[in-house]
Amino acid sequence: MIRKLFDKIEPHFEKGGKYHKYYAVYEMFDTFFFSPSSVTHSAAHVRDGIDLKRIMITVWLCTFPAMFFGMYNVGAQALGYMAENNITAQGDWRFFFTDLLIGYNPASIWDCFIYGAMYFLPIYAVTFAVGIAWEILFAVKRGHEVNEGFFVTSVLFALSCPPTVPLWQVALGISFGVVLGKEVFGGTGKNFLNPALTGRAFLFFAYPASMSGDAAWTAVDGFSGATALSVAASGGMEALQGQLTWMDAFIGNMQGSIGETSALALLIGGGLLVLTGIASWRIVAGVFVGTAAMGMLFNAVGSTTNPMFEIPFYWHYVLGGWALGTFFMATDPVSASMTDKGKFIFGALIGVMVMLIRVVNPAFPEGMMLAILFGNLLAPTIDYFVIQANIKRRLARNVQ
Amino acid sequence: MLEHYLSLLVKAIFVENMALAFFLGMCTFIAVSKKMKTAIGLGIAVTFVQAITVPANNLILNYLLKEGALEWAGLGSVDLTFLGLLSYIGMIAAIVQILEMFLDKYVPSLYNALGVFLPLITVNCAILGGSLFMVERDYTFGESVVYGIGSGAGWAIAIAVLAGIREKLKYSDVPPGLRGTGITFITVGLMSLAFMSFSGIQL
Repeated sequence: MIRKLFDKIEPHFEKGGKYHKYYAVYEMFDTFFFSPSSVTHSAAHVRDGIDLKRIMITVWLCTFPAMFFGMYNVGAQALGYMAENNITAQGDWRFFFTDLLIGYNPASIWDCFIYGAMYFLPIYAVTFAVGIAWEILFAVKRGHEVNEGFFVTSVLFALSCPPTVPLWQVALGISFGVVLGKEVFGGTGKNFLNPALTGRAFLFFAYPASMSGDAAWTAVDGFSGATALSVAASGGMEALQGQLTWMDAFIGNMQGSIGETSALALLIGGGLLVLTGIASWRIVAGVFVGTAAMGMLFNAVGSTTNPMFEIPFYWHYVLGGWALGTFFMATDPVSASMTDKGKFIFGALIGVMVMLIRVVNPAFPEGMMLAILFGNLLAPTIDYFVIQANIKRRLARNVQ
Repeated sequence: MLEHYLSLLVKAIFVENMALAFFLGMCTFIAVSKKMKTAIGLGIAVTFVQAITVPANNLILNYLLKEGALEWAGLGSVDLTFLGLLSYIGMIAAIVQILEMFLDKYVPSLYNALGVFLPLITVNCAILGGSLFMVERDYTFGESVVYGIGSGAGWAIAIAVLAGIREKLKYSDVPPGLRGTGITFITVGLMSLAFMSFSGIQL
């Protein structure tokens, strides 16, 4: 039935039709519901049903474990805090719905989930609406197609925001990410930085208070509490273990951006990505190795003034945005290195950089985002040198 | 002592990157970054010039210009620092001239690729900036050697990375109004956003 509808309206959007300008919009809805009718005809192509659309939708689906856990956790953190301090209601539209639909019981998964969803869904909705508006504007104006890359960008951007971020900042951040991070270069596949991270980094530097302050992490007014990484940066290992166990951090029972807290949920989604071959295992392995090597180096060097030096690397795996970044952002095929050897180097570079930023740079205890952006910058250069080395080796082989 | 030099070097390369933190030397940075090979060549040339001029200017400052520097000539009360800018530029021009003759003779391909931008290193603000930072921060001779190498290398790395990105962007579909320099400026801005990860590192 939907197909019929599309067929009926299609002529309007074809060349010469009266809505020709909006062909991109039509095409977007059409191919969202049905697979594109144009297929590759020339000889050399991989015989597999997987196309850009399916890749992007898979990535999008793979973020769901982290997304659902994130919503639950936002609620659990907030309701737990409210129960402890006997706060019941604050004058906010969310509390109206909370009263209407659910209670304030932090032990009930359902209560927590709904409460968190009321924080996450507006962020995601704004991200999606504003971002897709830019996409359509550029697509219509420039005559390319709106494609599903934006599903991934939007969900990753929304997941990397703290739950209390003001919505106008969300709109600003995703605009920066989509327009300057991607569309000015010509759209998906032609950019050199991960657009979600570009937008996130822009917000981070422009509004540090609402993106990383102590008050940002739990969705209750007047709450103030540091993330695990800031605790570690100021108090070291003891303070960290006083607050939560490694298992807590692994499952994600702690404060942080919406989608980054649970390493377990991210591992489920990310593992699926690696298994299906969408995320390169080389990059993931590179990040693991780089972080571990740098972590052990810092452990061995030690420091009397900087307590971050003593945090072992397996803690770094579960804290902050490490897991989200490693599985979903570093592996973005557009902005990562293209060559196989380059992917290892690219991953290891990110691993090393994230440790450097977290440990040595007191300004940013959360380093994953900036480390990946830095890796994105160097990716083409790494590729260049890998290719040059290849050329040299082959030349040497043939001369003999 | 060694630790001090090492942290100064890291600081000069990454934290206070000439191109991406101070935005110095932009003209060559944007004009000569189209191809990786040329960019690396220019990067090496700038590093070389920087590594020589900063210490040389340090000597000029300490033994000729500073107040009381002419003690050895019996002119203890003379202060010639107002001649600073002039003498630094003169020094840089001389070094660049030598470099140019050297490249013309031994690496003609690079000489041709760099074209007018080689003599223009003379007026490259990154080079003069290096010398002026050295004066402002009162570096000793040893420090100025390290700083010269570091700031030059930082600039070289930045231009190599930019060239890599621009080679990749060749396949991009940039809006007509932004093609060429416009998109390069945006690229450099985004690069410096990522380089901000180093800002705030205390060494």
